[in-house]
Amino acid sequence: MNKDTKQTEQSFGSEIGTEESLFEKCKNIIKHNKLAFFSLIVIILIILCAIFANVVCRYNPYTQSLKDRLLAPSFAHPLGTDELGRDTLTRVIFGARVSLTIGLIPTLISMIIGTILGLIAGYFGGKIDFAIMRLADIMLAFPSLLLAMVVMYTMGGGLINIFIALSLVNWASTSRVVRSETLSLSKKEYVEAAKSMGVGNATIIFRHILPNCIPTLVVLFTLSIPSAILSESSLSFLGVGAQPPTASWGLMVVSAKKYLFTQPVLVLSPAIAIMIVVLAFNFLGDGLRDILDPYLKEQ
Amino acid sequence: MVKNILKRILISIPVLIGVVLIIFIMLRVVPGDPVTTMLGEHVNQTVIDKISKEMGLDKPLYIQFFTYISHAIRGDFGTSYRMNRNVTGIILDAFPNTVRLAVCAAVVSWIVGIAAGIFAAVNKNNILDRLFMGGALLGVSMPVFMIALVLQYLFAYKLKIFPVSGYETAASMVLPSIVLGWNSAGSIARMTRSNILEVMQEDYIRTARAKGLLEFAVMKSHALKNAMLPVVTMMALQISSMLSGAVITENIFGIPGIGRLAVNAIETRDMPLLQGTVIFTTILVIFGNLIADSLYSILDPRIRKEI
Repeated sequence: MNKDTKQTEQSFGSEIGTEESLFEKCKNIIKHNKLAFFSLIVIILIILCAIFANVVCRYNPYTQSLKDRLLAPSFAHPLGTDELGRDTLTRVIFGARVSLTIGLIPTLISMIIGTILGLIAGYFGGKIDFAIMRLADIMLAFPSLLLAMVVMYTMGGGLINIFIALSLVNWASTSRVVRSETLSLSKKEYVEAAKSMGVGNATIIFRHILPNCIPTLVVLFTLSIPSAILSESSLSFLGVGAQPPTASWGLMVVSAKKYLFTQPVLVLSPAIAIMIVVLAFNFLGDGLRDILDPYLKEQ
Repeated sequence: MVKNILKRILISIPVLIGVVLIIFIMLRVVPGDPVTTMLGEHVNQTVIDKISKEMGLDKPLYIQFFTYISHAIRGDFGTSYRMNRNVTGIILDAFPNTVRLAVCAAVVSWIVGIAAGIFAAVNKNNILDRLFMGGALLGVSMPVFMIALVLQYLFAYKLKIFPVSGYETAASMVLPSIVLGWNSAGSIARMTRSNILEVMQEDYIRTARAKGLLEFAVMKSHALKNAMLPVVTMMALQISSMLSGAVITENIFGIPGIGRLAVNAIETRDMPLLQGTVIFTTILVIFGNLIADSLYSILDPRIRKEI
């Protein structure tokens, strides 16, 4: 309850801010969240690299060249080459495409599913609420990796299927959070007022309740991206995710595993790439939580 | 309190049935006939029909489901396609290996996580705190297989202290336990630290300090007891992520546990085995959550009274 009041106060406060104070505010926010801001820059750089991978890279990630196999790092190949003579750096950069799409899109889809179900459950209550929340209980009971593995078993490997698997698996926690927010928001005076004026349910949900859930959702979204990226790499690592020759970080680690003792850089480069992306999103999420939720910051 | 625990057990029964139903449906929408998958493409149709009938696959789906549930309650998860053995037997053979791994990993994560959390909280905001919390975040952010491969490289290949894989000797369990415990240690450390810092703001801590107690005594008998409550719950909740992590750890270190079975089942397209392992693991998770909830109400007198 207290938390929501603070959030509304804050969003109200930002509306009356003038142009200059907005700039000052941004400067202040960056000053107090250097790590988050730095992570944001790292993420933007990685996204740019992924988008312009064709321009950035000298090699093709799929062209094999057996005479160049397992080369040690050199000027021509900064991270060496893999067992089929493909440039490791190129494959790591192209792998960012896979990991970022997997991190962003299925997370977005599962957030949308979770938000809609959470809004419905929290707003309408009763039997619908009970049914949705029990379904969420069931989904949360599964170890997520195993459930994703079952989906992959049913549909076979490949990137599109990972999309579906991760979208289906991760909505439950979002729906719980959104439901509890909706429950407290729908008791607010302005919602009561809207109801008494005869505003329709859909309008109330989308104009009065959803916007107030957005800060929480943004934080949740940022913090869910790393787990989606980790899930994809784990699935690919186990051989039930992306299939060769896709340049996926998890897949690169598993195919380089044989050369762990002879050429560790082959294993380490994709693994460190995963770690950097995951860390950056975690820092950004923590920072966003501090910025968007002053109540938590006080603690 | 007993009433509350009983209530929770009752609530988990429909969740369990739902879990079985979802897995059952998901695995039944697989394109292709399971018997054809099992025997290969070039088998006589009459043979396929006969085996389908023997396995009860010709009956409607809802009858298959109720047969499965009624067998599962009696501990029978069907017969594996590939190993031609009872799935329950296969799982129970693998289970001790997973338990051993999970218990060792849990011990690692508790000791490391709680110690690091306390240490960071005591040194709040100085360089040691940053160092420990950075380490914890690294623990949460590193993929399990990366920790595994790095440790294998350092301790098994370079330093030759522990074996690369295997599960028979105590030494071979060290690396897998650290790998599996690592992630949980990170989250436990973060939670321990923030809880201690929160508790330290309370009035009774100020009272204890005003009484002239040493900082160590304040920490030991006033702060820790209260700060550890949510951490204990979290440790039980971590069973779920440990079992997920065990899938990867077991595959890297060649430990024949349940996670290994699940991956094998996918590779050999052994539907009953996959179904059995996933349902069995999920039951463990539900059981873990039940313990977590009950522990909380046993440990916290305030909640105990409310019920």
